[in-house]
Amino acid sequence: MSIELKQITKKFGEVTAVANVNFTVNEGELVGLLGPSGGGKTTVLRMIAGLEEPTTGDIFIRGQRVNDVSVRQRNIGFVFQNYALFRNMNVFKNIAFGLKVKKWKRGDIAARVAELLEQFDLQGLDRRYPHQLSGGQRQRVAIARALAPRPGVLLLDEPFGAVDAKIRQELREWLVTLHHDLNVTTIFVTHDQEEAMEVSNRIVIFSKGRLEQMGAPREVYEQPVNEFVARFVGVMNVLETEVLAGVARINELQFVAPGYADGARLRIGFRPYAVQVSTNLNLLPYRAVLRRTYFLGIMLRLELELASGLTLRSRMTKEEYSQLGLYDGVEVSLRIKNYRVLATEHSRLAPELESEYQPPPTFGENI
Amino acid sequence: MAGIVKRQRIAGCVKSQRGAEESAVAKWLLIGGAIAFCLVFLLLPLANVFVQAGAKGSAGYWRAISHPDAWAAMKLTLWIAAISVPLNLLFGLAAAWAIAKFEFRGKALLITLIDLPFSVSPVVAGLMFVVLFGLQGYFGAWLRDHGLQVIFAVPGMVLATVFVTFPFVARELIPAMQATGSDQEHAALALGASGWQTFWHVTLPSARWGLLYGVILCNARAMGEFGAVRVVSGNIAGKTQTMPLRVESLNEEFHGQAAFAVASLLALLALVTLAFKTFLEWRQRREFVLAQQAAAGELSVVSPPSSAGGRPAATKGTRKHA
Repeated sequence: MSIELKQITKKFGEVTAVANVNFTVNEGELVGLLGPSGGGKTTVLRMIAGLEEPTTGDIFIRGQRVNDVSVRQRNIGFVFQNYALFRNMNVFKNIAFGLKVKKWKRGDIAARVAELLEQFDLQGLDRRYPHQLSGGQRQRVAIARALAPRPGVLLLDEPFGAVDAKIRQELREWLVTLHHDLNVTTIFVTHDQEEAMEVSNRIVIFSKGRLEQMGAPREVYEQPVNEFVARFVGVMNVLETEVLAGVARINELQFVAPGYADGARLRIGFRPYAVQVSTNLNLLPYRAVLRRTYFLGIMLRLELELASGLTLRSRMTKEEYSQLGLYDGVEVSLRIKNYRVLATEHSRLAPELESEYQPPPTFGENI
Repeated sequence: MAGIVKRQRIAGCVKSQRGAEESAVAKWLLIGGAIAFCLVFLLLPLANVFVQAGAKGSAGYWRAISHPDAWAAMKLTLWIAAISVPLNLLFGLAAAWAIAKFEFRGKALLITLIDLPFSVSPVVAGLMFVVLFGLQGYFGAWLRDHGLQVIFAVPGMVLATVFVTFPFVARELIPAMQATGSDQEHAALALGASGWQTFWHVTLPSARWGLLYGVILCNARAMGEFGAVRVVSGNIAGKTQTMPLRVESLNEEFHGQAAFAVASLLALLALVTLAFKTFLEWRQRREFVLAQQAAAGELSVVSPPSSAGGRPAATKGTRKHA
């Protein structure tokens, strides 16, 4: 148990930025704090660092309560979103700063900085000033500087926010390797779900200051606790309707919703891959037109318009697409393999329901 | 339809051209006016100071400058500047730091107060100190009982100078510090630096141009101040007379050339200040331009995409492709 947050709340005046957050980060873990901007994730990171004080609640680092421990004594490495390199110091002095103020010996400082310069592929740049570095180099200097005094925890605020897309991908892989090599407990903040999924051992998802879910990327993706998480970590079709005689109807679509009283308002959610498509118009219960295909690399996203005008999103591989012989404008039949009944956006998700097997309907049945 | 559009476009063209002609006339009128104004009201009087100072030959000039009272005035002027500039440096730093880095109640009031000396007439400022510390003033009796003299003595002149020159350092520093933000300081603290180390190694260096600029302006005003110092000094030659006061009294006693001789020294100080200030601005701009160029040319010049510089090292063993 490296870091523990217990009932942390942070208010800025009247605004509650973080509300009653609890979570634990294990020694050596790589954890991503994920959420839309304004979700409170950066505030949580800054509270762990000691740059902000929680209004209520306790923070423990390695079993020690650190609420009253100042940022300089917490032994954390913090990498700022804009890197905050010291503009008036060259790369060597930037990395050496944390060692100098800790009164390391001159020789030890030189050795440690040389080691980091090599590890971060910054050799020969030690006399450069921050304004003479590229974005990627600046980021590596910032991380090297944070790691120089061998902190127990590394905290990164939007570490990939300021670099372009191509370097971003390399840096992600690099961060994973770095974390693997150093094995230092690492927490980073991001608003990019793909980034969080790819890099983290575990993800903590925030929305409006509340912790929505914490878990491994796969767990969060496959078992989202609520609609917010489900939609944030992936795409989800959500339809709102009323129950009548145990069945929720949205235009021609019907979903069995057992246990709900007549007139109850429900939200029906299903992943794009739950939408099964066939060019045999009589095979599946509903009829639709493929309006548009989006190419996302190996996966394709399909926009399907039902006969009633309702639009659903589906997803399939390129192979499936060509095997089915699909193209924009083709008429298809479809069914929804499984779905969830949701109450509100932040309420717990019910388990997934299988659609009952329906024999191929005769033409016109659903109109 | 197309014809109409075309014609309109041509018409617009002609119109804008004529507009440009008009603005060219206006431009030269304005430039000419500004130059004429500068010549008549700034350059001519300044040149006149030097001409008048040397009107009766270098011997007279030297006599006026080497007069014991002139020497005393120079020394006193330097002393007052040497005391009030460092004081305002400290006050200015503290005030600018408080305003740029912290949020607190009454911040707007503090900013307004810093500007107060600019809006108060220097004579009023001087009188204010007389009311406080003069013999009939609020603290007059107490000061006399303890054998201290503020008004008609050097302490009063220092006080008046500090008051009048207070805004210069703070005014220059606040924007410089606000531009830097707090992240670098937080980074220093997170790395284990103390507040003092952070201030000395991070805050101060990043605001150094603003600081230097403020100090120069503050110094120029401290040496040149007349009104406030005149009121509190008593203007006793050789004792409480600074250079501006000496210029005035020499002039009143019809020692025209001597007055201009001392005035020429003050004018020289102004010119040196101006040159130094211009140099600082040039340095600062050059630093900025160099930084811009370095940032722009970085990727193409220093690390071509295929070089090792563009790729993190930790991945070297595990990934072969670039």
